[in-house]
Amino acid sequence: MMSQPAPRTTLLSPTGWTAVAIALLVVTLVVPVLNLAIPDGSVFHLSDYAVALTGKIMCYAICALAMDLIWGYTGILSLGHGLFFALGGYAMGMYLMRQIGRDGNYQSDLPDFMVFLDWKALPWHWAWSDSFAFQMLMVVLVPGLLALVFGFFAFRSRIKGVYFSIITQALTFAAMLLFFRNETGFGGNNGFTDFKRLVGTPIAVPSTRMVLFVLTGLVLIGFFLMARAIVTSKFGRVLQAIRDAESRVMFTGYDPLAYKLAIWTLSAVMCGVAGALYVPQVGIINPGEMSPAASIEIAIWAAVGGRATLIGPIVGAFFVNGAKSWFTQVVPEFWLYFLGALFIAVTLFLPNGLVGLVGQLRRKGKKEAAP
Amino acid sequence: MQGLRLLLGLAVALWGGASAHALTAEQARAMASGDTDARVAALGAAAATADPALAAFAQALLDDAVKLTPALVLVVKGDTAVDASTGAPATLPADAEDVVNNNRMRGALQAAVASLRLLDTDPAVRAAAVAELAKTPLEEAQLPLIDKALAAEADAGLKAQLTRMRAGLLVASSDPAKRLAAAQALGESDESQVKALLMERLADGAETDPAVRSALRVALDQVSSRLVWGERLGVVFTGISLGSILLLVALGLAITYGLMGVINMAHGELMMIGAYATYVVQNLFRAHLPGAFDYYVWLAVPVSFLAAALVGALMERSVIRWLYGRPLETLLATWGISLVLMQSVRTLFGAQNVPVENPSWLSGGVAVASNLTLPFNRIAIIGFAFLVLGGVALLIARTRLGLFVRGVTQNRRMAACMGVNTARIDTYAFSLGAGIAGLAGCALSQVGNVGPDLGQSYIVDSFMVVVLGGVGQLAGTVVAGLGLGVLNKLLEGWAGAVLAKIMVLVVIVVFIQKRPQGLFAMKGRSAEA
Repeated sequence: MMSQPAPRTTLLSPTGWTAVAIALLVVTLVVPVLNLAIPDGSVFHLSDYAVALTGKIMCYAICALAMDLIWGYTGILSLGHGLFFALGGYAMGMYLMRQIGRDGNYQSDLPDFMVFLDWKALPWHWAWSDSFAFQMLMVVLVPGLLALVFGFFAFRSRIKGVYFSIITQALTFAAMLLFFRNETGFGGNNGFTDFKRLVGTPIAVPSTRMVLFVLTGLVLIGFFLMARAIVTSKFGRVLQAIRDAESRVMFTGYDPLAYKLAIWTLSAVMCGVAGALYVPQVGIINPGEMSPAASIEIAIWAAVGGRATLIGPIVGAFFVNGAKSWFTQVVPEFWLYFLGALFIAVTLFLPNGLVGLVGQLRRKGKKEAAP
Repeated sequence: MQGLRLLLGLAVALWGGASAHALTAEQARAMASGDTDARVAALGAAAATADPALAAFAQALLDDAVKLTPALVLVVKGDTAVDASTGAPATLPADAEDVVNNNRMRGALQAAVASLRLLDTDPAVRAAAVAELAKTPLEEAQLPLIDKALAAEADAGLKAQLTRMRAGLLVASSDPAKRLAAAQALGESDESQVKALLMERLADGAETDPAVRSALRVALDQVSSRLVWGERLGVVFTGISLGSILLLVALGLAITYGLMGVINMAHGELMMIGAYATYVVQNLFRAHLPGAFDYYVWLAVPVSFLAAALVGALMERSVIRWLYGRPLETLLATWGISLVLMQSVRTLFGAQNVPVENPSWLSGGVAVASNLTLPFNRIAIIGFAFLVLGGVALLIARTRLGLFVRGVTQNRRMAACMGVNTARIDTYAFSLGAGIAGLAGCALSQVGNVGPDLGQSYIVDSFMVVVLGGVGQLAGTVVAGLGLGVLNKLLEGWAGAVLAKIMVLVVIVVFIQKRPQGLFAMKGRSAEA
């Protein structure tokens, strides 16, 4: 039942970790300069497309980081993290829809899809959607509360391992069906799109996009440092103990429920925040984000990079999504072959992911150098 | 076509002329001139005498071939004109008026032409006429026509349809007394169409007379109470049908997951392979053995089993072998396999759904009640599911292979010590699970769409069945599969498809709270895996 225990050599020294954080910070600051300050023709100029792609992947990286906390460090594989990501995205999307105001196709106070459905007033769950503060609260509360309630019932009855994975998959599948319906009031299968502005400023101008980009980068770094603090704390050690031998943790007097529930809810909230940052940058949110396939992809980012390494899932998110954008542009029909092969290869040959591979090579190098 | 109609018209006209004024000049004039109410009434009256000449005349009116002069009603055929009643040739005066038909008149004429065919000697022609009449809006004035047809009709099915049509006309009559009588008569019916008719009349504004309204309500209650058993049985049947499909899908999983502990996310894609194998067999039969097309299913069943089992054996040998005891890893790896399989099928057969046709003996159904027809293909799948279930149960419980599979499941090392080749048993068992998935795909191809995404829609449901039923238990799988199917359909009738799915999910999560090991938990120490 246990996941493959990672070799317990430290991956990086404390200075190394600081270096990683600084490197991420530098990237977050350098990219805007390269995009905005360097003129178009220059070699160092970054295109808007590259910036948008990097911003998007950073949101995915937050999800992968959240997945690492719950899967890599606690041994609980969630196949429903896409749901929390989408819920955060929808909370942000509702606010963005209201920000369109009367600039929609129908010049109505209501969002276009409601006019199209011939609704006369906003449904109850849209009541405070024009308040930025309220919707930002929802970005955290909706995924958090859902995870709390669902996790409480699931962990209380000790649903674990594969059972838990399958039930989370069913959860996101059911939610997708619900959001596909027009009656739910979330735009049906088209979701939300055509955003015009964010807190009063136009959303498509380079400066807004850059602010969002830097914000995403800072959130990623913040979450990374937080996750690092968690996994090195006593709390984090209990989580890893739960992963390796849950019954022994119980026998020594700990109640795993509170620990699992806390990290599970935190992980869901991180995904919600990632979703909220994703929607204004990508400009669309629809129920497709809740499909079981989207959730299982988050797991593969973490697995490709290397579970229980924190930096691995971020690397994995960049690697897999970078490959995805390259494949879908150059040879779209081969993307699914590649992704499928990646799933198989990583589970068969790289149980510790790319980062683990680096570690292996380094140890090998040391061994050869030693004698 | 035009020539044929002309010949027919001429023949009828000649015959009409010979048989002593079947259609009088007054009748013809009444149908061709005046206001629409009067014309429809005249048409109905004329139809009551069921004159064959009327059919030709009504057709001529529909073709706009009738002209009026102050003295005569003329039917124009090309350059010549004949008198409508006598059939005698006549000259067409220059001042002859065209007869103009509005839509209502046209409908009435079409109904009249169709209803005259109700008296045809060929039952097939009569059935077609009834079907056509059911589509055209009828008027009270046409009642005599239907009465006449009803009196002559011998076929029970057509008679029932005509009776319903007649009641439908009467219940919308302008005379409240007739409406009342009709409403009471409709209460005797046991047909769902009558229920729809009554509900239509009870809708706001359709019926104003309070006495008739209450009679309608009473009739509706009577009909509904007669229909209610058919409806209940229908829900139970569709539930069992869905349950049997879930059972077929889950049986394979019960072996790969329940016995071997392998989470096979590619199970749905193995079903898809079975369905595509059926498609290929169907195409081969169509191309090379068109005479035996009806029997292609008999070959498709073993072929789909073998195709899926072969892919399953390849999967086990190449990937799953290395992942035993690490269920989360098998989950990811088999998901990867499922992506590759889906994309391969897209490359080979295209992304569109492919058509799989039922053989003729699987199309149609058996009518159990007026509002309940059980399709043969679904009945066949229910039977098939239980056959496969019996086969698997026998295989596991009674054969040497089954003994080995159970032995390896319970204690791999001990089984190996006793000389069981555990690696080979793993391959056989996994191929068996995959083959059963292929059988499920073959069955599904008979009721649903066959496309690259076929497996995706069943995978979540089928894992639910296995989880609910309890791991390693065939009995649990059966109860859970059928139970979930029926529950799903019951809730669907009450709350709609999506809410029903969500409610089922909630029921499962709550249920697992109470019995974390499923319906039929394994007893003893093996429970804590």
